[in-house]
Amino acid sequence: MINSLILRTATKLLFGLLLIFSIFLFFRGHNEPGGGFIGGLVGATAFALFAIAYGPKKSREILKLDPQVMIGAGLLFGVASGIISILLGTPFLTGAWIFPVIGGTELHLGTPLIFDIGVYLVVVGFTLGVIFSLEEEK
Amino acid sequence: MLTAILIAFIVALASPFVVKLAKDYSGWVLALLPAGLFAYFMTSYQLVGSGEVILESSSWLPGLDVHLSFLLDGLSLTFALLITGIGTLVLIYAGGYMKGHRYLDRFLMILILFMASMLGVVLSDNLIGLFIFWELTSVTSYLLIGFNNEKEESRSSALQALLITGLGGLALMGGLILMGLSAGTMSITEILNSGEIIREHPFYLGILILVLMGAFTKSAQFPVHFWLPGAMAAPTPVSAYLHSATMVKAGVYLLARLQPAMGGTTEWFYIVTGFGAVTMLVGGWLALAYTDLKRVLAYSTVMALGTITMLIGMGHDYALKAAAVFIVGHSLYKGALFMVAGSIDHEAGTRDVAYLGGLRKLMPITAAAAAIAALSMGGIPPMLGFIGKELVYEAALSATTFASILIIVAVLANIAVVASSAIVAITPFYGEEKKTPKHAHEAPVSMWIGPVILAAMGLIVGVFPSLADRSLFSATTTAISGVETSYYLSLWHGINLPLILSVVTLLSGLAVFKIWNNLRESSAMQGYARAFGDFPKATYEALLNGMLKFARFQIDAFQSGYLHRYMGTIIGVTIFGTAITLLLKANFVWPDFNDHINAYEVIVLALMILSALAAVAAKSALKAITALGLLGFSIALVYIMFSAPDLAITQVLVETLTVILAALVLVKIPKPVIVDRAGAKVRDAFIAISGGVLVTVMLLIILQGDLDLSLSEYFGETSYVLAHGRNIVNVILVDYRAIDTLGEIIVLGVAAFGIISLIKLYMNDKKEEKQS
Repeated sequence: MINSLILRTATKLLFGLLLIFSIFLFFRGHNEPGGGFIGGLVGATAFALFAIAYGPKKSREILKLDPQVMIGAGLLFGVASGIISILLGTPFLTGAWIFPVIGGTELHLGTPLIFDIGVYLVVVGFTLGVIFSLEEEK
Repeated sequence: MLTAILIAFIVALASPFVVKLAKDYSGWVLALLPAGLFAYFMTSYQLVGSGEVILESSSWLPGLDVHLSFLLDGLSLTFALLITGIGTLVLIYAGGYMKGHRYLDRFLMILILFMASMLGVVLSDNLIGLFIFWELTSVTSYLLIGFNNEKEESRSSALQALLITGLGGLALMGGLILMGLSAGTMSITEILNSGEIIREHPFYLGILILVLMGAFTKSAQFPVHFWLPGAMAAPTPVSAYLHSATMVKAGVYLLARLQPAMGGTTEWFYIVTGFGAVTMLVGGWLALAYTDLKRVLAYSTVMALGTITMLIGMGHDYALKAAAVFIVGHSLYKGALFMVAGSIDHEAGTRDVAYLGGLRKLMPITAAAAAIAALSMGGIPPMLGFIGKELVYEAALSATTFASILIIVAVLANIAVVASSAIVAITPFYGEEKKTPKHAHEAPVSMWIGPVILAAMGLIVGVFPSLADRSLFSATTTAISGVETSYYLSLWHGINLPLILSVVTLLSGLAVFKIWNNLRESSAMQGYARAFGDFPKATYEALLNGMLKFARFQIDAFQSGYLHRYMGTIIGVTIFGTAITLLLKANFVWPDFNDHINAYEVIVLALMILSALAAVAAKSALKAITALGLLGFSIALVYIMFSAPDLAITQVLVETLTVILAALVLVKIPKPVIVDRAGAKVRDAFIAISGGVLVTVMLLIILQGDLDLSLSEYFGETSYVLAHGRNIVNVILVDYRAIDTLGEIIVLGVAAFGIISLIKLYMNDKKEEKQS
């Protein structure tokens, strides 16, 4: 933790932006540069920055989920997306898609999206799990 | 049958809740499951008796020819009935024996899991399916032997049993896969129908040895027989169920099941009969060297397993029939006697016969059950054990080769069995009453009903062998030999050689029992126990310790604990391994450069060179890391110039986080010593420069070749059509090659847990240091 007014003020502004950017990158990933891995890294940066400015305890509080739980949940998402394919009678991890029309726009929703959420969660969980425990070690 | 096994697994997982509700009656309630399964298998009793074979199959991994297929013939029916029937009684018994135990729920759950797995072993019609259930029985057996896990002896015995049966399991897997490949099918039925393919295959001897390793370790054949007495560290219901009646018979089951495919050859006869006969003799007499009831019973179980193995090795009609009868007879009386030993231990507080005597008046029902079961074990008419022993003698006499040796071995081993049955049934119950740690009284009904029923079954089937003959014994023989058996059982055959041998066995056995106390103390017997009981175990322990020492040696040799040595090794091996291949294989030509070079490219390049030099020259680690970060950002710029935005973003983010992580670590670790020794510097520079040169050379070589773009083109064309994404990189990550990514995130997750635990451990150590 660094007790710096400048860093703390900047963090307050950047934190939200980084999170939004992270989610933006995540969704954008399928067609433009981005995706679960990159989005997850940006998301983790937001909380890492917060931890540097306000300490890992506060950062953990606003994260709500334990990073270790996030890793487990992420793996579960990854495997679940594959199991959906099995249940549909296709080989493990074959993409399955639905195309609901919401507000006049056709959405492409598929199991790779679930898989990507899994990647996102594991990346965030890994980075923050390590950073938090290193920072707490004092 | 799949449903039956699945139900058993489901009930096993639900059993902790049942225990919570049923409390002291859990044993009775849960026994309904095996009782129901027993009834289910009994519905096929007549059908199997008339020679039917019931087959059932559902696909599991069809691409690998692995199916959940099951077959029910005489052999599997016999085992299924033993597993469910004795399972019922053992669950009732366990409910009483472990009453009030903190982990009763856990215990009963593993016991039922074992039962489900064991049913899978004996019913499977697929080699791989059988193997998976086989391993499950090893694992559940491990958990049950080590159930009293706070005791060192339980833990080491459990590990010993797991290592030995696990090692055998590994060999068995190899054997079964080779067998499946040779026969071109994993279906057991089909393999049995084309046995000559296996027997004439060049791999036959290899398959035979591997499969026998699996069967012999599981069925505790000499010289690995010592794990079975060790397994007596388990609670007695486990010994009664797994380590006498069912699991240890999985090995002989496998031999019997595969006999039509592998048996009948000279190798089979010599190896199987030989090991069986030696185990029979060694185990029989080892039983007389101990006073612990369970140990006596365990070694006599080793003897019985040896007998069955020997019979299957001989393989003729009599021998197979004898094996079928012996399997059932032994399970009945040994299951009963183990439960009796457990009841004595439970009520009197000891199971050492040296401290037991006169319990007959205090525990009349248990004493009666023990007496009847022991009559069967001793092979005294009109018990099933008597018929079994007569058949063993008859089989040995009619062996085509070595008949005289086999009959002498059989008689000698059975003399010891008569003596041990007397030890178990007479010593604790008759003679003068002795002071026991607990004041003994009759066991509760849950604990005597099992032995009474099992002992009574031995008597009933002995008097009326026709009850079980057609559906179990003959059907088993037919299942093994493949031909209809013409020989039916009866109690009385008139006066013939086997009967005379039986009388000789009985009298000699009682004589041995008479002098047992002196015999046990004699130096000859002690030496015998050391040579055949302790020595194999000591050898195992020496091997195990040797392996651990070797592991320690190689850890000391390779794991120095210095990061720079690891890095040096990894980078050095990579560089020189690649360099050798390049020198030998690659054709290197200096390329012509005629590309236009932009000014900004030169700037980025200069930036990279400068930051690399700064990293090398830096006097503090933090400066070096920052310089490396700068290098990383410059590489990201290169990615952008060559239009790879995904890579660039990832590179920037990873560099940022790396610098953060490195900074966090560097604050914590002791200040690194900057090495100024010239030698070390030259060495490091050599490794670093070689790395740089190698990568440069490789890039130049790659530039010369034609880039195969067919994959990129395929992804480019199909990524939106098939995978609804335009970003090929991401589509590859989450769709085309999702299974790779899945593997990567699993590694990432596991690594995270490892790192976090290491940091926590380090933190705790530091805290303790501070406190002290």
